[in-house]
This record gives sequence, structure tokens and C-alpha cells, in this order.
Amino acid sequence: MSMTNAAQINETTVFDMEPVKKKQRIKSFMKGMAFLLPSIILFSVFLFYPMFRTIYLSFFLTKANGDPTVFVGLENYINMFSSPIFLKSMKSTFLFVLYTVPASVIISLFLSIIANEKLKGIGFFRTMYSSTMGVSVAAASVFWLYLFNPSMGLLNQVLGSFGIEAIGWLTDPKWALLSVSITTIWMNIGFTFLILLGGLQSIDSSLYESADIEGAGYLYKLRRVTIPMLSPTMFFVITVTIINAFQSFGQIDILTQGGPINETNLIVYSIYREAFVNYKFGSASAQAIVLFILILLMTALQFKLGERKVHYQ
Amino acid sequence: MAIVMSFMTNKDILTGSMPSTFTLDNYVRAFERFPLFQYLFNSLVVSIVIMIGQLVLSSLAAYAFVFLEFKGRDLLFYLFIATMMVPFEASIIPNFQIIRDLGWIDTYSGLAVPFFATAFGTFLLRQNFKQIPKELREASQIAGMGDFKYYLTVVLPVSRASLVTLGIYGFLSSWNMYLWPLLSTTNDKVRTVQIGLKQLQTQEQLNEWGVIMAGAVIVIIPTLILLFFGQKKLQKGLTEGALK
Repeated sequence: MSMTNAAQINETTVFDMEPVKKKQRIKSFMKGMAFLLPSIILFSVFLFYPMFRTIYLSFFLTKANGDPTVFVGLENYINMFSSPIFLKSMKSTFLFVLYTVPASVIISLFLSIIANEKLKGIGFFRTMYSSTMGVSVAAASVFWLYLFNPSMGLLNQVLGSFGIEAIGWLTDPKWALLSVSITTIWMNIGFTFLILLGGLQSIDSSLYESADIEGAGYLYKLRRVTIPMLSPTMFFVITVTIINAFQSFGQIDILTQGGPINETNLIVYSIYREAFVNYKFGSASAQAIVLFILILLMTALQFKLGERKVHYQ
Repeated sequence: MAIVMSFMTNKDILTGSMPSTFTLDNYVRAFERFPLFQYLFNSLVVSIVIMIGQLVLSSLAAYAFVFLEFKGRDLLFYLFIATMMVPFEASIIPNFQIIRDLGWIDTYSGLAVPFFATAFGTFLLRQNFKQIPKELREASQIAGMGDFKYYLTVVLPVSRASLVTLGIYGFLSSWNMYLWPLLSTTNDKVRTVQIGLKQLQTQEQLNEWGVIMAGAVIVIIPTLILLFFGQKKLQKGLTEGALK
């Protein structure tokens, strides 16, 4: 009797607890959602929905206002990969990454190692080097547009004073992509420098002290302490610079408009032109998917390797 | 050194191209011929609105990820991570259509609202909120303080420094935005100063570089000032937000 009673009590308490717990769970869920909802709604409207819509549009032909008309399956993709203009755009994009990323990172690394020395007045140089981060794409491009100007520009004037023939920086197909790359490297330096300097400053100074005790030279310390300890930061900077390079647009729009003969028609500019100049939203969406996949790969790589492999040796 | 040099040359252009009249002339003419004040005002409004929007939304989201426990939280966290894999440029076509269908072309809302939610900002603040001792929340719970009040009166004031960092970053990147304002504005009333600069550059005659450069200098002065003051904070915030 008493046994069953106890069991009954036990059962009822369990029964009573369940709805309370459930209520609490719902309550805490609602509370969590209340805090997250603004972000989730905006992400859904301006990020997730547009992403799926882009995939959807990439299978259609569209009207000039962007409404889909005829389902064409993979035709946009097939046309894209057999279009010499798009293939050239891909080639230019990858070349652009190749020109800008290593140069940006190496120059910034060099500058940040110098700027990390504890010298008088070094703060001035730190501010100088990082200043291009505050310069917008539009402003930077306009400055360089002047420097590249065939007759009045500073670059050709300097060349001229050495008796070297003027170069058509932005009009010569051989030079245009390189010129745009130089502008981009200049713009990149501010950000990459700032991050690398932060990485250098966070290296534990006791590591250098113990290297000093062992009588290690400057280069040895650089190779054995600085570079390994900096590797996570380096990795981050490299992937971010690659992603930024894939997304470059403003400097192209102002400096070359994709020319000469599509030499600087990088992928985002190509999407822009296809969609908002030619009003072919379907094939522009297919190109956007390619861009999406490229960035997805880079980010995934960053998450995967950034956590594990590239760490303190 | 390249940077130092290019800064020097910018100033040289301003004085060099018009040696008879002094530099300020170019500025006056830039302002006379283009609605630069309107552009600057537009940029200022849009950047401040985006900055505030980002601060509010990311701090709310970061609070949920740090202090609240509920089912599906981890899933939502992965959802936030996933947003970092979608570049805005790749989804720009539907975004343009959405803004157009909302009637938001040529409005401040169209320029600002799409950028309110940011995973980067959320992660940056989450990192900071995690350092607030858990005991503080427990004590406040005993005192009967609700989550929203705790968020408002304890968490936000304690994290002032990283809110400032995120604010600076948000303002900088909004001020310098190019592609989206180019697409979503068609007239001078809402056009931002970056697009104004492009207008200036394409409409001026080739020999008026002084005026164009004056415009460019006006565009970068606000961000440079902000950068000079916030450089240390930014450096720390960006590295922390990125690497942890």
C-alpha cells in the first residue's frame, strides 16, 4: 500500500514537472528568439532569400525588370562556360588574385615588422601605413587615376624625366590589369598591416627574451619565433585578402570599366555589367553563383585550417 | 613609403595644378558645382544609421548567444556562421529587386537596412560578453532583474570599449561603400559622397584635376580622422574578433 502510494506520488510529481519544464523551455526559447529575431529577419530578407533567389534565377531567362520568363535549365551555365568573355573574366580574376594577394601580404608583413620595433616616433609610421584603410575605393581610385594619367600623370612624368617612353597604364591591355592590381595592393596595405601588427604585438615577449638568453640572432628570432607565432594571423590575412580580391568592384568601375578589351573585367564587374547594363539577370545570376562558390571555398578553408593546422608549432 | 609618397603627391596636385590661385579655390569650386554638402550629409546619415543598427542588432544577438540557453541556439549560431559565406556581391541582383519592389530605391532605408545584421559584429561582441563574469548574472537574477534590463544596464555599459570598436568599423565600412549606393540611388538627394566623387570625376573636364582631388580629399577626411583616433581599438578588435 505504502509502496504504491509512494510510486503514485512519484508519478504525479513527474507528471506535474513535465508541463512546467516544457513551459519554461518554450519561455526561454521565446526569449532567445526575441533577442535574435531582428538579426534573423534581416538575414533572411537580405541574405538567405536573395541567395536562393539567385540560384533560382540562374536557371531562367528574364525580362528586363528581372522577372523570370523561360526555364532554361543549365543553359545559362553552359553558355557561360563556353563564353570567351566570361572565361577571360575568370582568368583575369585569378590573375588579379595572384598579383594582389602575395604582394599585399609580403609588403604589409615587411612594414609591420619594421613598425613593431620600439623606436621613437614609430607611432607616426604606424598611422601612415594603416591610413589607406580609411581611404575609400572611390577616393583611392581617383588618386591613382591621376597618377596613371597618360600625359599629366605623375608616373609617366617620372618615366619621361628618365627618358623612358610613356606607358598607357590603363589603356594598354598588357598593363591595365597590373595597374589595377597596384592600386588594389596600395588599398589593401592599411588593413593587412594593421592586423599583422596586432598579431606581432600579441606575441609573448618572454619568447624573445629566452631566445636572447640563448644568444639567438635577429634573423634566427624572426624565423623561429616571429613567423611561426604569426602564422594564424597570416593565414587569416591571406584568406581575407583573397576574398576581398574576388569581390573587387569600385576600382574597376572608376579606373577601367572592365577594359581595355575586357582585360580587367573581374567577376563582380562582369556580374554588374551582365545584370545592370545588359539586363540579362539569368546569366548574371549564374555568374554570381560561381562567385558564391569561390568565396564559399575560401571561407570553408579558413574555418577548417584556421582552427587546427596553422597554429603554434 | 609608397603611402607617404602618394599622400604627398595628393597635396602637391592641389597646390601644383593651380599655382596662381591658392588651393582653397579648388574646394570652393568643387562645392559650387556639385551638391557636395548634400552628398556628405547623405553619407553621414546612412553611415550613422547603419552603425547604430549594427550595434543594436549584434549586441542583442550576442547577448542571446552568451547569456541565454534555449533549444536551437547552436543551430542558430551555425546559421550566423553560414552568413559569412554569402558575399553580398553574389546576392546583389535579388537584393536590388527587393529594394525596388519595396519602393526603397533612392531612400535612406534602401541604403542602410540591408546592412544592419552582421555576423562579424555579433562574434566580436560575443567574444567580449563572454568575459563578463557569470556570477554577475546570477546575482542580478537573485535581485530579480530580467534579461532585457540586465542587457541594458549591465552588459552594454561594461562592454563600451568593444561597442566603440564595432561602431568605428561599421561607420568606416558604410562610409566607404561603393557598389550598393551606385545601384540603389539615382539622384543627388540621396546619393552618397562616394558616388558623388565618381560623378565629379566623370563630369569634370580632364584638366580640372585640382577640383576632383579636392573632392577626393573631402571624402576621405572624416574616415581618416576616425581612423587616427580609433586605430589602436580597431587593431585590437579586428584581431580578436577574427582569431578567437
